[in-house]
Amino acid sequence: MLCLLQGIGFRLARPSQHAVRVLFPAFTVPLQRVGMSCLAGNCTVWRPIMRISPAEYSFCVAIIEIRHLAKTFGAVKAVDDISLDIESGEFITLLGPSGSGKTTVLRMIAGFEDPDGGTIHLNGTEITHLPPFDREVNTVFQDYALFPHMTVQDNVEYGLRTRKVPKAERAEQARQAIASVKLEHARERLPHQLSGGQRQRIALARTLVLRPKVLLLDEPLGALDRQLREEMQVELKTIQRDAGITFVFVTHDQEEAMRMSDRIVIFNEGRIEQVGTPEQVYERPATKFVAGFLGSANIVSGESAQKLFGHSKTVSIRPERIRLKPSSYTPTPDETALPVVVNEAAFIGANTVYLVDTDHGIVLSISKTNEELLGQDNRFVPGDRVLAVWRNSHTVVIPA
Amino acid sequence: MLRLSRTARLMLISVVCLILLFMYVPLFVLILNSFNESQISGWPIRGFSTKWWEFARTYKPIRDALLNSVLVASGSVIIASILGTLVAFAMKGFTFFGKGTVNILVVLPIALPGVVTGVAFSNTYSNFLSPTGFNIGYFGMIVAHATFCIVMVFNNVFARLRRMNPNLQEASADLGAGLWQTFRLVTFPQFRTSFAAGALLAFALSFDEVVVTIFTAPPGIDTLPLWILKEVGRPNQASVVNVVATVVIVLSLVPVYISQRLARAQENEN
Repeated sequence: MLCLLQGIGFRLARPSQHAVRVLFPAFTVPLQRVGMSCLAGNCTVWRPIMRISPAEYSFCVAIIEIRHLAKTFGAVKAVDDISLDIESGEFITLLGPSGSGKTTVLRMIAGFEDPDGGTIHLNGTEITHLPPFDREVNTVFQDYALFPHMTVQDNVEYGLRTRKVPKAERAEQARQAIASVKLEHARERLPHQLSGGQRQRIALARTLVLRPKVLLLDEPLGALDRQLREEMQVELKTIQRDAGITFVFVTHDQEEAMRMSDRIVIFNEGRIEQVGTPEQVYERPATKFVAGFLGSANIVSGESAQKLFGHSKTVSIRPERIRLKPSSYTPTPDETALPVVVNEAAFIGANTVYLVDTDHGIVLSISKTNEELLGQDNRFVPGDRVLAVWRNSHTVVIPA
Repeated sequence: MLRLSRTARLMLISVVCLILLFMYVPLFVLILNSFNESQISGWPIRGFSTKWWEFARTYKPIRDALLNSVLVASGSVIIASILGTLVAFAMKGFTFFGKGTVNILVVLPIALPGVVTGVAFSNTYSNFLSPTGFNIGYFGMIVAHATFCIVMVFNNVFARLRRMNPNLQEASADLGAGLWQTFRLVTFPQFRTSFAAGALLAFALSFDEVVVTIFTAPPGIDTLPLWILKEVGRPNQASVVNVVATVVIVLSLVPVYISQRLARAQENEN
């Protein structure tokens, strides 16, 4: 709705949830002021009383507006005409393979790269070409970038120091921030005396002590081992929710993206392929790239689609949505059934992955949860003639 | 840790002792000779006395020469520190036309024989500057020394900057620090040990430079090495040279100690 009004030249200089409620009664979102103790000390957070999904809620306020952003490195178009609204308080993930432009976009929001074209607005103010120190956004770096010659305490105090906060006050604020990441005992240590996970926490405390409106995170969990990474995922999500900070998170790990994000932006070759909630991008991929990039998918197009479905549109069917049934099975009217021959069956712990051949020479991948112990399950073996069955609604036509 | 057999270890120890002996016996002879009673150095020493120490303490030319050496070395180190660091930053931070050439030109003076540098500077001073009425005098010596001192600072600082995490400066800016603040609080502390080590090396180079100094020192002005060179030619007072040399040896321990501490500090930072 706000977008619509913007379209006809109406623009809120500094939109807040409050303004939205007053201006658009139809879009009323009752808000509740919640005072809570969070990582950055005591802060006030507005939360909707009604349970609405972040995606809907997000229509309220765009804190960052990116329009036609472009950046070229030499002959490579790293970022190619990208437009995106990042809404206040959401956890948005920029996801894509390496070299897809996601980090460059993040660095342009932070001010480390100067865009070749386009604009970036923060809270309604243009920041496209401002230096990093004049932007109210903070970054958590992949390698944490803690200052090696400063103690943990001095690292966390750094941002307060540049803001000329009095000494006693900044020491106290930094102390609280360090305590909130449970590292009080390490305050006088140097970064190289900390473990990876501890450095990660200090890097976080160093930015959160400044109570940023937007926090940019560049693959912050990339250097951690798996168990620690999953712990930190939960912790990050909790901090983000409690402090009400907008998180712009860059990762190439799709599982991480889906687990944490309110919305995911999928990048490929400097362009945005799709923006949506994890469910939307997984269930309704807008492009062939998205369908193939997120999870695995049986993508059928062109001639093969003509043979299977009678049309030549590109279609995606998730392996876990296909079931194998004995040939005697009679499909219901809302099901698609294909006679297939099992070609390969691979046991991979939680699942068994089958590769089956249809009569048209198309190979489908099928994933089946192993619900029974080995031997008690009527598992299929290569050579079996069976039926591959799925509900028609699971055949997803890809628009692009 | 490498494990060595008993014989191998003994062999190594004796080789090391032998080498150290070769290095330090001459210095010991010199130190002992500074207490020699006679006017010329000799071996064995017949009578010990501190008379040359007493003489050196009050002998004005020595103090003038020492002061000149310290002044020249300090002056060239200051110039070299500023210019060397600036060049290192330019090389690290920017890509520009002729970068490789500039790199070679900056490093070249250290490889040039002192005679060449000396003649070049002396010619320039007397053939170009003097005719225009500008007498560079004492400062000319400092400039000539600075040319090869720059290399020391540049090499050290540049090597450190290359290993420095570029994200640190970005992180600093991200946390609100301006350019100068970032340099003062983050960048400089990162390379200060290399900077100090380079400056120390430059000081030592300038302090014992003979050839370039001979060509560029204004008439009547001696640095310590020049003075020693002249005194050695005058055998009457050879023993006073030993006194000066002994003092220099003791003073040399200071920069050696400092540079070792710096090296250790640098290790801790990485």
